[in-house]
Amino acid sequence: MNTVAAIDPRHAAGQRWRERVFQAATFIAAVLVLLLLGGVAVSLLIGAWPAFAHFKLSFLTREIWNPVTEQFGALAPVYGTLVTSFLALLLAIPVSFGIAIFLTELAPAWLKRPVGVAIELLAAVPSIIYGIWGLFVLSPVLQRHVQPWLIEVLGPLPGIGRLFQGPPFGIGVLTASFVLAIMVIPFISAVMRDVFETVPDVLKESGYGLGATTWEVIWQVVVPYARTGMIGGVMLGLGRALGETMAVTFVIGNAHRIGSSLLAPGTTISAAIANEFTEAVGDLYTSSLIALGALLFLITFTVIAAARFMLLRLERKALSSV
Amino acid sequence: MSRRLLRKLVNLLALTLSGIATAIGLFFLGAILWTLVHNGLAGISPRLFTQMTPPPGGSGGLLNAIYGSVVMTMIGILIGGPIGMLAGTYLAEYGRTARISAVIRFVNDVLLSAPSIIIGLFVYEVLVVRMGHFSAIAGAVALAIIAMPVTVRTTEDMLNLVPQGMKDASTAMGAYHWRTIMSVIYPAARSGIVTGLLLAVARISGETAPLLFTALNDQFWSGNLAAPMANLPVVIFQFALSPYPNWQQLAWSGALIITASILVLSIAARLVVSSLNPGGRR
Repeated sequence: MNTVAAIDPRHAAGQRWRERVFQAATFIAAVLVLLLLGGVAVSLLIGAWPAFAHFKLSFLTREIWNPVTEQFGALAPVYGTLVTSFLALLLAIPVSFGIAIFLTELAPAWLKRPVGVAIELLAAVPSIIYGIWGLFVLSPVLQRHVQPWLIEVLGPLPGIGRLFQGPPFGIGVLTASFVLAIMVIPFISAVMRDVFETVPDVLKESGYGLGATTWEVIWQVVVPYARTGMIGGVMLGLGRALGETMAVTFVIGNAHRIGSSLLAPGTTISAAIANEFTEAVGDLYTSSLIALGALLFLITFTVIAAARFMLLRLERKALSSV
Repeated sequence: MSRRLLRKLVNLLALTLSGIATAIGLFFLGAILWTLVHNGLAGISPRLFTQMTPPPGGSGGLLNAIYGSVVMTMIGILIGGPIGMLAGTYLAEYGRTARISAVIRFVNDVLLSAPSIIIGLFVYEVLVVRMGHFSAIAGAVALAIIAMPVTVRTTEDMLNLVPQGMKDASTAMGAYHWRTIMSVIYPAARSGIVTGLLLAVARISGETAPLLFTALNDQFWSGNLAAPMANLPVVIFQFALSPYPNWQQLAWSGALIITASILVLSIAARLVVSSLNPGGRR
């Protein structure tokens, strides 16, 4: 700083003026983030309005999706979205938990970083790549080796047997769930790993000091301490799975119906939008697709907000315990 | 004794399973990369980078798609990056304790994980419908909206890492806050901010869903930002699902190119950070 700054009033005024402009610019940019979310919500509602006004509540309760007669109901895609995401989590949670344990408690120091980075790279792979891989590599394998086995072994069972009947298409709800599971594993395991690392060493050492095995320390000390954060991570993965588009579009089969079998083709909200939006003719058709988008926004917003809230609470807890 | 044995067995079983889980994760990364290299490498040739996307059965390359992807990603980061940096600066400096900052942080986190197809619909409603047609600029805006929250988050985190003492020293010399930010804080956090930008570029360059209803596609060369523009992700989407072998081959090659670039970017971003703080994990 030169000494002139303190003496020359014109210079000082210029500085003050720039200070004000810069501060205003940062503030405007920050508020833009708020406006953006509001804008998304409002524009989706406006776009969806014709469909909601025309079908009223029946939009949510009907399975029919017929562009020719202009009858649209959201039940099949909403069902598909929820079922694929639920199954994906069912598959992904144990694996992610295992990876997080491996990375925080088991891996030797030299292995931690490369394995951690490799799992993070799995998250960086674009979803369309998962899509073509799922369609051309995974679904033939499932069709030939896994699904016939499921049909044969689980199909005849009472109750859950209904989920595994019908021909092995390869593509369908189960395959989509499988691809989604692979996609969310890196997200959930990254959050779980970070959360596990917030557990104070003193707590773990007390466990070991009492003679507990590694697993007992994990299950009875680490997990209870990190529970909120773990749930937050799972919800974040759920938010990701609910809104995932390209990977699902490739492998779900895009059929607007609710099949009792997990092996049958189905659709999800995002797959329906991705497939049909550019080809949709007629305002009602377009509006119905946007209404699907509004539903997806509502569902994911709730899930993500809950997840962030839980992680935020954990952060405060970690801060206060330091 | 048997109880002790049981506990040891349970421990061994649990730890083995966690090792297997990690192996599963690594296996899928390996499987995907192997498929891409195996199927994509066959189509890698100079033609790929010098010719336009072909009609079914004809020969051609991906030049227009690569060009379109680069252009839209660049514009996206040029819009989203600076806005995100400014917003991150507000959160870390001017509005660190302001009540609105808590709300903005929360909303930004929501945007960070919001489905990209929703952003596509939003830009369609706001830009494409108004303009009356699909356009490259709409695609770039959609990508900017996706890049912004990433930049906000990383900028705030990185600015917070700058030691308070450095800021105080600058203030004590009579510098205004903006001068401190420009001359002290930004330079100190430079590599972190660059990393955030690289990660944002990696994130948006593979995005497909938001481009479907904004930039759409174009089979030929187009330098016109107000018109639809070819881009790698949408070309991969259309070509992979087509029945034509030459299109499918191009889709695989495109997939290889895009994944390789993104992985290189992500690794580069991590190297930048580890050169910043050698002890840090991320």
